[in-house]
Amino acid sequence: MIELIIYGIILGSIIALGAIGLTMVYKIVGFANFAHGEFMTLGAYIALVIVSAVLPWIGIPDTRFGPLSFGWRMMIAFPVAMLCVGFVAIFFDKLLYKKLRKKKSGPVILAMSSLGTSFIIRMTILIIWGSDYIFYRPGLMRPALDLPLGIKVRPDEIFIFFAAIFLVILLHLFLKRTKMGKAMRATSDNPDLALVTGIDTERIISWTWAIGGGLAAAGGILYGIDVQLHPGMGWNFLIPIFAATILGSIGNIYGALIGGFVIGVAQQVSTAFLDPTYKLAVAFMIMIVILLVRPQGIFGKE
Amino acid sequence: MEFSGISAYVVSLAIMAGIYAIFCLGLNIQWGYTGLFNIGIAGFFCIGAYTSAMITTPMPKGIYAQYVHQIFGLNLPFVFGLLGAAIVCGIVAFLIGIPTLRLGEDYLAIATLGIAETIRLIFNNEQWLANGPRGLMDMPQPLHQLVSPQNYNYIYLVITLVVMAVIYFAIEKAIRSPWGRILRAIREDEGSAAMSGKDVFHFKMQSFVFGCMVMGIGGALYAHYTKAISPSVFTPLYGTFIIWVMLMAGGSGNNKGAILGAYVIWGIWVGTKFLTDFLPYTLQSRAPYFRFLIIGIILEIILIYRPQGLIGEEKSVSKLMD
Repeated sequence: MIELIIYGIILGSIIALGAIGLTMVYKIVGFANFAHGEFMTLGAYIALVIVSAVLPWIGIPDTRFGPLSFGWRMMIAFPVAMLCVGFVAIFFDKLLYKKLRKKKSGPVILAMSSLGTSFIIRMTILIIWGSDYIFYRPGLMRPALDLPLGIKVRPDEIFIFFAAIFLVILLHLFLKRTKMGKAMRATSDNPDLALVTGIDTERIISWTWAIGGGLAAAGGILYGIDVQLHPGMGWNFLIPIFAATILGSIGNIYGALIGGFVIGVAQQVSTAFLDPTYKLAVAFMIMIVILLVRPQGIFGKE
Repeated sequence: MEFSGISAYVVSLAIMAGIYAIFCLGLNIQWGYTGLFNIGIAGFFCIGAYTSAMITTPMPKGIYAQYVHQIFGLNLPFVFGLLGAAIVCGIVAFLIGIPTLRLGEDYLAIATLGIAETIRLIFNNEQWLANGPRGLMDMPQPLHQLVSPQNYNYIYLVITLVVMAVIYFAIEKAIRSPWGRILRAIREDEGSAAMSGKDVFHFKMQSFVFGCMVMGIGGALYAHYTKAISPSVFTPLYGTFIIWVMLMAGGSGNNKGAILGAYVIWGIWVGTKFLTDFLPYTLQSRAPYFRFLIIGIILEIILIYRPQGLIGEEKSVSKLMD
């Protein structure tokens, strides 16, 4: 059981990375982004190209870091892929959502457009890479560490947790210390007030997409390191990241972080009683219970 | 292809488009007239198909009972299958509406998405319910004794069109009644509808349940047309997304538009199959992805450049008023 909770925290840190971006986009851009899971998938596949094609071509050696299953190539690919997906998110905003905002389309139309985006990204991934399961490091044995109490954890998984925490701390510092971060928080609190104080809302929106896309990409890459890559992986994260977002109250990034851990732990612990394929349904049931009991989430005001 | 081959092809195309048109009509009640964002159509598609299949087939006997499991098999006529599918979908819609219809519109979207995925998982995992991933087969086809099997699709086209017409006129009648006016008032401005003393939640619930019942009938028609269903059919792509594109293309808020959109988009979907034949050989296996990519791009173009669809909503007060 302790083992399942630990696995849940690891899964939860991936869900949290998706949920934090989703909750920021939800609050600042103002609609439910159904393409957020696809940002995760895209990040994982862009990192795959960099790790398996671009960096070997440049001549970066593939030495691994101690017990981890990856090395310098992944450490370079990680931020580059985050940046790429950040730009893809901004690209779709300029191409589609900005036009819809200008036309004063409602949030539901924007959400529908993002559903279209999600299928466009997924189909593109399927066209380029096909529908197979892919590993970053095929054929590599990934032995687990034996911790006390008979807990087996792979070194990669410990890395996943700390990488997620590191990114959340970076985001926290960005929002608290930088001018852009403060402007983002102001826009999140009160968009109209932010606009009249001279904050450039369109720039804030671009930054939000960049951060949201980047964090989603990080989540996708970490899932790829932990398990494997598959074009449907992001879609399967969509319900859990929405559940984490709603649980932690929409717009609250710390809520999304905690929500991610709660959903991750609940999903993993449920495998002790249920078929593992029901993990998605577990996240969904938690979401329904929150909607019934406390629709504003745990950190929301009455 | 000789003439009979072409006409058989056109008939099968018209049947599938007709079934999709019924889904569009159901979605139009919810989205077009009430503004409810249901992206879990695949779930009601699935429930409708399975319910009708189990109502109209007998319990497997003898040696079959070891290989085919289903929770019930009533062996009743086709019409009971359609009605049963509608009733069960209505009950599920009622249950999912309770926690979500009081909240903002995007909560309903997320919840319906979740229910559709959950329903597919349940049918996939639970062998005892409806034979798990292998699904059910040999659903009876009504009036099949009248013609030879190779000409049966003509009969089924007529059945589909009759069901579609009945649903069309039922919705038209409902939407032009005071009830329909309240739905449109809720869509336009929930607050002022509530202030004029309308119980918004109850009207939304009625619209949602009504729409899902229509979708259940669509699912049932699909089951008896293909005679074989399995959970893998009811994916978000085939079961939800394409129906949304159809309704947006035809014109939400217009029942004729819903039917037109279904036929146009299904025509494009089938037509792109010929286009992808020109792809290089190595990409042939990925042809369906190209086709769905085109459908996705069509949706984005419609949302930006023609949100009212091919034929927009008809003016309900006067054609002269703007």
